[in-house]
Amino acid sequence: MCATCGCGDTHVHAHGHVETLEQKVLAKNDALASDNRAWLAGRGILALNLMSSPGAGKTTLLERTITDIGARRPVAVIEGDQETDLDADRIRRTGCAVVQVNTGAGCHLEAGLVRDALITLDPPAGCLLLVENVGNLVCPALFDLGENSKVVIISVTEGTDKPLKYPHMFAAADLVVVNKTDLLPYVDFDVERCRSYARSVNPGVRMIALSATTGDGVGAWYDWIAATPVARA
Amino acid sequence: MHELSITQSVVDAVCERAAGRPVHKVTVQVGALTAVVPEAMRFCFELAAEGTVLAGAALEIQRCAAVVHCRDCGADSQPPDLILLCSCGSADVAVTAGRELQILSMEVG
Repeated sequence: MCATCGCGDTHVHAHGHVETLEQKVLAKNDALASDNRAWLAGRGILALNLMSSPGAGKTTLLERTITDIGARRPVAVIEGDQETDLDADRIRRTGCAVVQVNTGAGCHLEAGLVRDALITLDPPAGCLLLVENVGNLVCPALFDLGENSKVVIISVTEGTDKPLKYPHMFAAADLVVVNKTDLLPYVDFDVERCRSYARSVNPGVRMIALSATTGDGVGAWYDWIAATPVARA
Repeated sequence: MHELSITQSVVDAVCERAAGRPVHKVTVQVGALTAVVPEAMRFCFELAAEGTVLAGAALEIQRCAAVVHCRDCGADSQPPDLILLCSCGSADVAVTAGRELQILSMEVG
């Protein structure tokens, strides 16, 4: 038995003294996120953090949004993926300013990566900044990027019960978008039941159902963007 | 997984405070609502601590249960899952515990 602490280990181990830290684990990320938030507010930029499983249609929704509203409101994009510039290339083809962040083995964007991207991108004052997070319905929910709002996107091919299976992500959402409504005739998906599941983990959360491919229902998405207040510095 | 990033943050913060002194133990508080899996954190801690003053240090994880305060009936209750309801059935609650994710202390020297 260890003579110092009484534990059952037979080997000798060192003991020192205990120092209290009481420091938030995510303090560094939160501080950087706070800096990002202040920087964006100072420029009157509305920043949205778009999160979803891989393949839910984030990039397609961005392409449609840029095409539909880009003429009347400047849009800038930060793309997050483990590898490649493929999504940034798609955005670039719309004529929109974009920066690609590659996380390598990383599964989510963090505030420091967004800060670096903002320096490169230098989005204009008053623009709409769309941050497409790494496709992942788990980890991104934990990491504040400094955004105005978190938008969680699922598609009708992913199952009505998604909000119950990934409650942390849906609890963090400011808006839930159900995409690919053009496929509703071919899949077993109940929009209203999905809405009630989302509200069971996030009371009162708004849900918009649309098709980024056909454009059906996107008006409500643009109305929500227009009605979302930009934080002031 | 995000536990690697989170655990790296723990190691970085403790290294900074330890300022070169060997660390024998780190105690962290992980709330039930944080989406952090303690076993994953333990696994990552060993990797992240390698080559630092935390190498070989023990990691103690204190779990904090979720507690909600009901705005309807005024009671405090511990929801068993992530559907945050008061025991009276109301969803109009404020989370008073369960979101903690902090480094409480370190044993150095």
